[in-house]
Amino acid sequence: AASMFFQLLSDVRWRTATAKWRRMTCSRRSTSSMAEPHPLPLPAQAQVVICGGGIMGTSVAYHLSKMGWKDVVLLEQGRLAAGTTRFCAGIVSTARHVSIELKMADYSNKLYQQLEQETGVKTGYVKTGSISLAQTQDRLISLKRIASSLNVMGIPCEIITPKQVAQLHPLINIHDLVGAMYVPEDALVSSASVSLALATTASRNGVQIHERTSVSHVSVQKGRVAGVETDRGQIQCQYFVNCAGQWAYELGHTVEEPVNIPLHACEHFYLLTHPLKEPLASTLPTIVDPDGRIYVRNWQGGILSGGFEKNPKPLFTEGRNQLEIQSLQEDWDHFEPLLSALLRRMPDLEALQIMQLVNCPESFTPDMRCIMGESPTVRGYFVLAGMNSAGISYGGGAGRYLAEWMVNGYPSENVWPLDLKRFGTLQSSRTFLRHRVMEVMPLMCDLKVPRWDFQTGRQLRTSPLYDRLDAQGARWMEKHGFERVKYFVPPGKDLLDLDQSKTFYKPDWFDIVGSEVKCCKEAVCVIDMSSFTKFEISSTGNQALESLQYLFSNDLDVPVGHVVHTGMLNEKGGYENDCSIARLSKRSFFMISPTDQQVHCWAWLKNRLPDDSNLTMEDVTWKYTALNLIGPRAVDVLSELSYAPVTPEHFPSLFCKEMSVGYANGIRVMSITHTGEPGFMLYIPIEYALHVYNEVMNMGQKYGIRNAGYYALRSLRIEKFFAFWGQDLDAFTTPMECGREFQVKLEKGMQFVGQEALLEQKQNGVYKRFTMFILEDHDTDMDLWPWWGEPIFRNGRYVGKTTSSAYSYTLERHVCLGFVQHFDEKTGEELVVTTDFINQGEYEIDIAGQRFQAKAKLYPFSSLFTHRRRKDEVELSDYQRE
Amino acid sequence: AIPVRSSRLPSLSDAMPAPAHLFPLIRNCEISRICSTACYCHHKHLCCLSSHFAHSHFRYAPQKKFAALYRPKENFNYFIHARDYASTPQRFYLTPPQVNSILKANEYSFKVPEFDGKNVSSVLGFDSNQLPANAPIEDRRSAATCLQTRGMLLGVFDGHAGCACAQAVSERLFYYIAVSLLPHETLLEIENAVESGRALLPILQWHKHPNDYFSKEASKLYFNSLRTYWQELIDLNSGETTDVKEALINAFKRLDNDISLEAQVGDPNSFLNYLVLRVAFSGATACVAHVDGVDLHIANTGDSRAMLGVQEEDGSWSAVNLSYDHNAQNEHEVERVKMEHPKSEEKSLVKQDRLLGLLMPFRAFGDVKFKWSIELQKRVVESGPDQLNDNEYTKFIPPNYHTPPYLTAEPEVIHHKLRPQDKFLVLATDGLWETMHRQDVARIVGEYLTGVHHQQPIAVGGYKVTLGQMHGLLTERRARISSVFEDQNAATHLIRHAVGNNEFGTVDHERLSKMLSLPEELARMYRDDITIIVVQFNSRVIGAYQNEEL
Repeated sequence: AASMFFQLLSDVRWRTATAKWRRMTCSRRSTSSMAEPHPLPLPAQAQVVICGGGIMGTSVAYHLSKMGWKDVVLLEQGRLAAGTTRFCAGIVSTARHVSIELKMADYSNKLYQQLEQETGVKTGYVKTGSISLAQTQDRLISLKRIASSLNVMGIPCEIITPKQVAQLHPLINIHDLVGAMYVPEDALVSSASVSLALATTASRNGVQIHERTSVSHVSVQKGRVAGVETDRGQIQCQYFVNCAGQWAYELGHTVEEPVNIPLHACEHFYLLTHPLKEPLASTLPTIVDPDGRIYVRNWQGGILSGGFEKNPKPLFTEGRNQLEIQSLQEDWDHFEPLLSALLRRMPDLEALQIMQLVNCPESFTPDMRCIMGESPTVRGYFVLAGMNSAGISYGGGAGRYLAEWMVNGYPSENVWPLDLKRFGTLQSSRTFLRHRVMEVMPLMCDLKVPRWDFQTGRQLRTSPLYDRLDAQGARWMEKHGFERVKYFVPPGKDLLDLDQSKTFYKPDWFDIVGSEVKCCKEAVCVIDMSSFTKFEISSTGNQALESLQYLFSNDLDVPVGHVVHTGMLNEKGGYENDCSIARLSKRSFFMISPTDQQVHCWAWLKNRLPDDSNLTMEDVTWKYTALNLIGPRAVDVLSELSYAPVTPEHFPSLFCKEMSVGYANGIRVMSITHTGEPGFMLYIPIEYALHVYNEVMNMGQKYGIRNAGYYALRSLRIEKFFAFWGQDLDAFTTPMECGREFQVKLEKGMQFVGQEALLEQKQNGVYKRFTMFILEDHDTDMDLWPWWGEPIFRNGRYVGKTTSSAYSYTLERHVCLGFVQHFDEKTGEELVVTTDFINQGEYEIDIAGQRFQAKAKLYPFSSLFTHRRRKDEVELSDYQRE
Repeated sequence: AIPVRSSRLPSLSDAMPAPAHLFPLIRNCEISRICSTACYCHHKHLCCLSSHFAHSHFRYAPQKKFAALYRPKENFNYFIHARDYASTPQRFYLTPPQVNSILKANEYSFKVPEFDGKNVSSVLGFDSNQLPANAPIEDRRSAATCLQTRGMLLGVFDGHAGCACAQAVSERLFYYIAVSLLPHETLLEIENAVESGRALLPILQWHKHPNDYFSKEASKLYFNSLRTYWQELIDLNSGETTDVKEALINAFKRLDNDISLEAQVGDPNSFLNYLVLRVAFSGATACVAHVDGVDLHIANTGDSRAMLGVQEEDGSWSAVNLSYDHNAQNEHEVERVKMEHPKSEEKSLVKQDRLLGLLMPFRAFGDVKFKWSIELQKRVVESGPDQLNDNEYTKFIPPNYHTPPYLTAEPEVIHHKLRPQDKFLVLATDGLWETMHRQDVARIVGEYLTGVHHQQPIAVGGYKVTLGQMHGLLTERRARISSVFEDQNAATHLIRHAVGNNEFGTVDHERLSKMLSLPEELARMYRDDITIIVVQFNSRVIGAYQNEEL
């Protein structure tokens, strides 16, 4: 095996490295292999210590040093690029589903392309292009969606016919193909060399690299990183970057306050062969055959082929078993399905001689997206790991975003989908991770369809009503570990089983959700929304109000009993969180945020609230069950249960009252529904949950009450043009850009975070605008459904992407929400987006390459709903005040 | 069991009214030939020696509960032989799903719960299954986790002369073991709870298949006996920590003693009275494993067997016996029996490989006919209920019966320290071992549990192998192991092999189908009850224990 590694690394030309690098190389060799007694001593202190000398660690070091942070030490327990990076297949592919991942891969590709010239280290970069094959129509749709995204990003990409595939690659059997996607600029590299090249530049810029040094402990003082302990001594530092790959989880636990990094390794196999009789050209495109679960690239005249099997083998569950990845066992029986797929795809390879089956563990995360960002508990502790076997594709971009994050305080793109804080401690059980990655790894090749839910690691957090709802036909999805109802399958009706229900078209629950929506519109529905994150912030004096006024953009100095919708903005005016805050008393506030904000929002507030023992913040998420009573008859149900007047005159919109419901006292009732429909949110201490639910259902019977789920809620809120944080809103979106100026009180008499940026926007105008689109010529039954991420075209030119979509049962049309930008026709420069610009365009939405006409709107259809507007006027009129 | 070498043709056909679909199998063969060769009886525990007994037995054979005793049992191999005689075989097959539903009817699996990825138990879980040949089946199985002490108990029990004794032992033995293991304080606590009518600490958590029943009627009686036992233990209070080996031996002996006593004392309730007598007059062997960390104790009484599956460094499988059969094939056993009785009896003690020419296992629970004095037997039978009194079998005193007891329930205990290469333990009644060699058992279970991977890993090494060749090889391997995937239960898989193996050691569906479609009355001729428990060990935990000890 050892000789094999040598061959793998054969294009790493140590000798061609710069003189300085060679010196490092020599010293390394002498320190490691010859065990010279005096390796270079570690510095006593540094600004940044990076742990991990793989592609991630070197990329972070490279970018930090380029951005001017040069007091950086990189520690590697073995040798540089000797872990997963060394075994990596070296494919740089930009064909990604998530737009931030796509951007990272694109940047990486461009970075690697010029790296050899920049550093003088041969990286083996060859622009080969890649071809993703489709064996089914559904797969082709999936590829077309990616192609649309790539094209608007300016990355050349085309959908080609099987015949064209045959022209591009001589070995492929095209008989079972329906089409393919060709990305001509995708590339191959030697991943270890790329890593070494990045290290070379970093080292030239002053980064110190120490091999054979392992980190045993990260020390923390006052919630900040203070230093690291290694087997070769201590280093004081302000920043620590965990790039330890599959060991990142355990490294995270070597801190006094453990940093949970949810990832888990799985074995990953690929095959290397001897050269063909007529050696393959090094420019031959890489083939990805997701339906066969394999990828194939040319490798030294032969091929390198691996894949993502259905039955992965997780490993290292108990922890660190070895330092570097020794050669794990080859497992041919396990590889058999992939080998069959390979020979089916390239039958002529039968006679090709095997060189080796490489077993190279890769780390996977619970949601198939990588992990980056700062720990919510320890400031200055950064993480970049969990690449889900795309380390080379993401390496450059991910390293850059993390470096920006450290240097500037935030990266230049919205990386929330990758943020460590999207996870809580609940995702770091080893059992959970072991089970989940066994689902995630096969998913690499599975068809990615809308509204797909993970099946493992479920039923972790549940509402006290879970069993009751489940017995009534609830179908569940999961958010942040919490089970939430999608919809209720009526008795006697059965839906398709999971695998068959995967579709890009009209789903089988269409009518079920339709009837739930109808009930919300005409009678009353109950939706269990207990997963919402709930904080209580209170103080002895005015501290709570003062701090919140500073941290939130809306005016919170409202009379007791009022509910305020407000953004929690960053310095640039972008939404870190979008929440509803009820003023419970002069000195205490009840804050409702989206489910996945639990960690992020907590960390954000903790870091910014004054360190004052008179000011307390408590996470009460688990204390309350939330029932959303939506519909025109909600008021009747509630008044019968409480014997208190709850008509709009007595209980106008955006109010909060503590009242009794049935026998239960102290229920926090808020006249909001998060949908724009009339109704109430009931925050119920959990021990009363079942009682209140039963009472509501019993009393509601005569008003036609029924259960509903989140799909109905989504349809309602999207047709009412309600933006949701995490889908539509992110840290790069300001209230001005989504028509929520009314939720910002620039003149509330005191400064608040983001105020300057907003004032500037108010003066200069916005560069993107949240817009609602109604699809015009879209056939709900026959056409592909929009999802999110579809490109928006104005007068034939790309102007932005959608962020969410839903079928509106009221409009009987699809509604997409998204952002419109204004690019200068000649220079491509971003211009101010005006109302006129929005209103005076002809719009089209591109769904998997097919464009549908759409009507743009900046305001919701208020007229449509007038006949049932009762007490939601405040809520809605707020939006129209603008 | 059947009369040896002398069974008569008419009786055979009486005993087995073979249904129409079976006739093709045997109608063309000479039935007399079958019988003259077939009746070498080496399976059944209890065998009646002489022909005159056999004759009289057949008279009361229809009495259901002892009927199984007198069914002819044929050598397994003879079945193939018989088939050869069928010149025009009309095929009758169960379909694979039918075969599976028969094989899986009694399967049970238990996984030790896993927490946070770290399994603190050295046991991953177990699979168990039974395939009846007798109707009703005379084998029993038990599995339970000790709640007041550490460890897990698993056992197989092979009954003879009815299932009453095996049933009672399967219900009671683990309680006796658990109580024997309890520290003094816990015993006191339990006794105090009973005394004051408080809720008892649960001692065992049972892992039972729905078919594994407990008799409700006798629970009070059993409980009282058990309570007397722990009261004595409390009075004894040796103060020493309990040695597992000693605890096992005490528990076995004590339970057998209680069975014997209960039968002597009788019970005012006529149903119970009859029950305790049936328990005492029937017999059962027991093979019990106690696993606690790396300490594995096997207590064996009789001819069921415990076998450890060991994976060698090269991935191959080997078997290590963890019990000795107590039968005539075991020289030490024969020696022991002879030592315990006067020299004058030496010739009559073991005949035709049976104890007193009757009983195959040399140790067993119950079987008071081999333990009580003649006077005691007579007194109990005469004062017993009519059913007992009318039963020729119970009245029959073994020949050459001079110095009872001839039989003991005392187990032989083997202690084994588990090593990471010890991957599984198989406990099975002789129904398995008589059809399969332990080496094959080790290989089949080992390959099943690892999904063939570690069996013989293919390594390309320096050889010149093409992708096509490798693909061919792998496809072939896959086909070979596909039968493995039919079963979700290692014990079921083993039974499939035990019943369906052809001469090449692979499952022959045709054969399996025929074996399983044998009618109740005939099945016993071709196979014995099979009961199997396969315990899978957690090598990681065992490795960690080992490291700790180092």
